[in-house]
Amino acid sequence: MLTNIQNLLGKYGMNFLNGLGTTLLLALISVAIGCVIGAIVAIMRLSKSKLLGGIATVYTEIVRDTPLLLQLYFFYFLLPDILPALRLSKFTCIAVALVFNSGAYMSEVFRSGIQSIDRGQTEAARSLGLSASQTMLRIVLPQAFKNVLPAMCNEFVAVTKETSLASTFYVGDLMTQYQTISGKTYLVIEPLLIIGVIYFFVTFTMSKLIAVLERRLKADD
Amino acid sequence: MTEQFDYKSAPELIRVEDLHKDFGSLKVLAGITETIHKGEVVSLIGPSGSGKSTFLRCLNRLEEPSSGHIWFDGVDIADKTVNIDKHRQKMGMVFQHFNIFPHMSVIDNITLAPVLLGRQSKDEAVAKAEALLARVGLSDKRDNKPTRLSGGQKQRLAIVRALAMEPEVMLFDEPTSALDPEMVGEVLEVIKSLAKNNMTCVIVTHEMGFAREVCNRVLFMDGGVICEQGAPRDLFDHPQHPRTQDFLGKVL
Repeated sequence: MLTNIQNLLGKYGMNFLNGLGTTLLLALISVAIGCVIGAIVAIMRLSKSKLLGGIATVYTEIVRDTPLLLQLYFFYFLLPDILPALRLSKFTCIAVALVFNSGAYMSEVFRSGIQSIDRGQTEAARSLGLSASQTMLRIVLPQAFKNVLPAMCNEFVAVTKETSLASTFYVGDLMTQYQTISGKTYLVIEPLLIIGVIYFFVTFTMSKLIAVLERRLKADD
Repeated sequence: MTEQFDYKSAPELIRVEDLHKDFGSLKVLAGITETIHKGEVVSLIGPSGSGKSTFLRCLNRLEEPSSGHIWFDGVDIADKTVNIDKHRQKMGMVFQHFNIFPHMSVIDNITLAPVLLGRQSKDEAVAKAEALLARVGLSDKRDNKPTRLSGGQKQRLAIVRALAMEPEVMLFDEPTSALDPEMVGEVLEVIKSLAKNNMTCVIVTHEMGFAREVCNRVLFMDGGVICEQGAPRDLFDHPQHPRTQDFLGKVL
C-alpha cells in the first residue's frame, strides 16, 4: 500500500494540489461572502422591521431545513436556466450555492453573538447620544465578534469539509480528484487516505490558528 | 445642607406633563406631572415596582413613554419625531450595573462619545478625561482594561464617562444597588460633590440617609404616581400620605 501511495503522489501530486486549491477557494468564497451575508441577515432578523425580519427568517429556515446536496443540485440546474446570458460555469453555480448555504448558518452565529451582548451596553451607548448604528459598530459588534469566534471557526471547518459535496458535479476539488484518480488507477483506499490526510491537515491547522487568535483577544482583556 | 435651595425660582430644566407608560395591560406610570429645575438634586424613592426607574428612563427615552410630554431645552422630547440622540448628549445617565464598555481602556470609555459625536477633538477629550479621572481618584487606571476594576471604581468611571459629555442633567438609576457595602460610600461621595457643584441630578435610590443629606427634594412614588414630595426633612420626619408613612416605616 505504501508503494501505491508513493506512486500516486509521484504521478498525481499536481492533481491533489489542484484539488486542494479548488477546495480552499470554494471554502474561502463561501465563508468570506457568507460572513457578509450572515452579518446583514442577522441585523435584518434583529431589526424592528417585520418585513426584513420575515425575509431573513424564511431564508435561514429554508437553508437549515433542506439538505445541502439538494441546494447544490438546485443551483446547479437553476442558475444557468434563469441567467443563461452569463454562461455560468459549474464552479460559479456551486460557489453561489455554498455561499447561499453558509450565509444562513453565519447569520445564526452572528445573531447569537449580538444577542449575547448585555442590553446595558446598548443602553449606556445610546444614553451618551450614540446613534443605533454607531452603537452597533463601536460597542456591540466588536464584543459580539469575540464571543462568536469559536462558532465561526466551527463554521469555517464545517464549510471546508462540506465543499466535498461539490465533487458530485466534478468541479475539481479534492474529492473530485479522488474520483478521477480512482477511476484511472482502480485504487480506492490509497487516494482516499491521501485526500483524508490533506483535509485533516487543512482543517486542523485552521482550528489551531483560530485558537491562537482567540487567546490573543482574551489576553487583551 | 442645601435644603434652603429655592428651586422654584431656578429656571426649569425638565418639565414632565401627564406622563404615562404601559407595558401591555400593566400601567407602570399613571400620569406624572413634575418639573425639575436647574441645579436641583432630586431623589426618587419608593417601593420596588413603583415606577421610579421607569420614570427616570423615560426622561431620556430609554423607555418610550406611552403618552405625555417631556419638555427639555424647549423641545418636547417625548415626540417620536424628535432626534433623541441629540438631546441625550445633554443628559448623562448612570446605571445600576455600570455598563462600562469592557473592550475599551478606561480612558477610551470616557473619550469615545465626545470624540465620535464631534463635541471635542481627540486631544481635548483626552485632557478632559484625565482631569475627570483625577477628580474621582482613578488616574492610575487610565490605560487599564476596565474588567479588573472593582464595582466602586467601575461606577466612578461610569459617572465621569457621562460627565465627559458636559451634560445639563445627570440621571442616576440606583447607582449603588449593585455595589458591595464598603464601596457605596466612595460612589456617593462623587455624586455628593456633583451636587455641591450645582449639577442637576435626578437619583433613584434606596439610600435614605444619602437622600436626606444631599437632596433638595424627595419624590415618593407608589403605583406609578408621585404620592408625596417635599424637602427631605419634611418628607422623612413628617410624611403625610399613609403610603409614604408605611414605606418609610419599613425602610428607616
